[in-house]
Amino acid sequence: MTTNLPRTPARPKARGPNTLWLLGPALLVLIVWTQIPFLLSIYYSFQRYNLLYPNRRGFVGFNNFVSLLTDPIFWTSLWNTLVLVGSVLAVTVIIGLFLAVLFYQEFPGRALARTLVISPFFVMPVVSALVWKNMLMHPVFGLFAWIATSFGLKPVDWLAQFPMGSIITIVSWQWIPFAMLLTLTGLQSLSKEQLEAAKIDGANAWQEFRFIIVPHLAQTLSVVIMLETIFLLTIFAEIYATTSGGPGLSTTTLPYLIYLKGFTDTNIGIASAGAVFAVILANIVATFVLRLIGRNLQGSRT
Amino acid sequence: MTTSKRPRWELTVLAYIAAFLMFFPILWMFLTGFKTEADAFVLPPKFFFTPTLESIHAALSRSDYGGHFMNSVISAVGSTLLALILSIPAAFSMAFYPTKRTNGTLLWIISTKMMPPVGVIIPVYLIFLRLHWLDNIWALMLMYTVMNMPVVIWTLYAYFRDIPAEMMEAARVDGANTFQELVNVLLPVSGPAIASAALLSIILAWNEAFWSLNLTSAHAAPLSVYVSSFKTAEGLYWAKMSAASMIAILPVMVMGWLAQRQLVRGLTFGAIK
Repeated sequence: MTTNLPRTPARPKARGPNTLWLLGPALLVLIVWTQIPFLLSIYYSFQRYNLLYPNRRGFVGFNNFVSLLTDPIFWTSLWNTLVLVGSVLAVTVIIGLFLAVLFYQEFPGRALARTLVISPFFVMPVVSALVWKNMLMHPVFGLFAWIATSFGLKPVDWLAQFPMGSIITIVSWQWIPFAMLLTLTGLQSLSKEQLEAAKIDGANAWQEFRFIIVPHLAQTLSVVIMLETIFLLTIFAEIYATTSGGPGLSTTTLPYLIYLKGFTDTNIGIASAGAVFAVILANIVATFVLRLIGRNLQGSRT
Repeated sequence: MTTSKRPRWELTVLAYIAAFLMFFPILWMFLTGFKTEADAFVLPPKFFFTPTLESIHAALSRSDYGGHFMNSVISAVGSTLLALILSIPAAFSMAFYPTKRTNGTLLWIISTKMMPPVGVIIPVYLIFLRLHWLDNIWALMLMYTVMNMPVVIWTLYAYFRDIPAEMMEAARVDGANTFQELVNVLLPVSGPAIASAALLSIILAWNEAFWSLNLTSAHAAPLSVYVSSFKTAEGLYWAKMSAASMIAILPVMVMGWLAQRQLVRGLTFGAIK
């Protein structure tokens, strides 16, 4: 940071006017609607509070946390969350990388093909969930069932037999474009000279990929992984519209469990304790992202 | 991006196959939207059929499609306008008059975006309940504003930072105050910045489903909530479901196609350029 200082442009720092009235309203809105509700979440997490029994309220210390942590459902949902996020990450990063390399080359119609590839990202999660659930994965009339039977195979009831796998597929389909687009942007900042030099040295396509492209992409991929993790930790609509967390608990993730505790059981205390956990989980990842972005912020000011 | 060598045709074919496979579910939905219910729910699936507007017509006339569409427009466009009004001055001041705290403020702004919505849904729900704001489209618009402000501020900030500070200084020498700098100097050159921030914000708000499912019901439901009503038995009306979904996703999909570049910048907060 200090080494970059001499090249900092002469922005009128010292004689800058008071700009609080420009920045203030935006910050105030953000504080009021993000920080205060979160403080309330923390407050409720120490309260006995069920909307059905509004009179039986009171401070209960860590009771909500204890009953949450001793409930096997919580650990199942936490595990499901990790499985969902981890699997979608693996699928999207690998396929996204592959697609980015494909679309890095120029070919006729590339812009159109790229547009088609990234389209799933713009589809409402509710719509993608319903299209996959009904028209593709339906055990009798779905397209997959038809493909299976035309090959003489037994059709699979995907969402019943492989609920988590099905959700991973749907969510991955939506997020592959994100990984691909970011990776492609990262690739395009790769210098041509390096690749040419490798070719002159007799590197084949695989070596070129393994020893030049992958290392260069390490930073890009880490951004993809961290940002995706933050977004994926909040996946809700896809589960709501397909399995509603079932069968059993097999697709109940932490956000979905909090939703069930809060809106089905109307147990504000327990749901808030779960919410505090969800925020802690997201914060662990966010710390890394913020550090990375912060470093870029310093660098780009040169 | 110019390559001297010709692309290898195998890889090109592979790229086309990938594009087809990724787009197929959307294509299939579009096709189904132009079928009759009888053509849609049949084995083997029909790839060739006489297209009809029957299902689109049925979807549009069923319940209150127009109302839900308007709710989506109000919440997405309204929240974007509000976010811009709040964010343009904020991004302006941080880009042109940075203080010691600016970097910290910028990072704090992103951190609010990284807070999972479930972390605050319960208190927000209870506050809305008390204020009688549940199932109110303007209240949903407010939540979308908060949700999108970090992305809008960052997109604007990234653009504003590339505008030479000399422009502001020149205006100040001519006697302009800060407000005039913002309105007369910055705004005329920030068309692209505002457009890309607005596109991103509209796309994110339009597709949002967590807040809308929990904070609205019949009256203020945007399209995301309306479409999710097909998750029950109604989901077997594939043609109508597809037609309703198609109209629900087309506006923002077109915007997304237009905003491909800005998307990377806006969603990575400048971590990938």
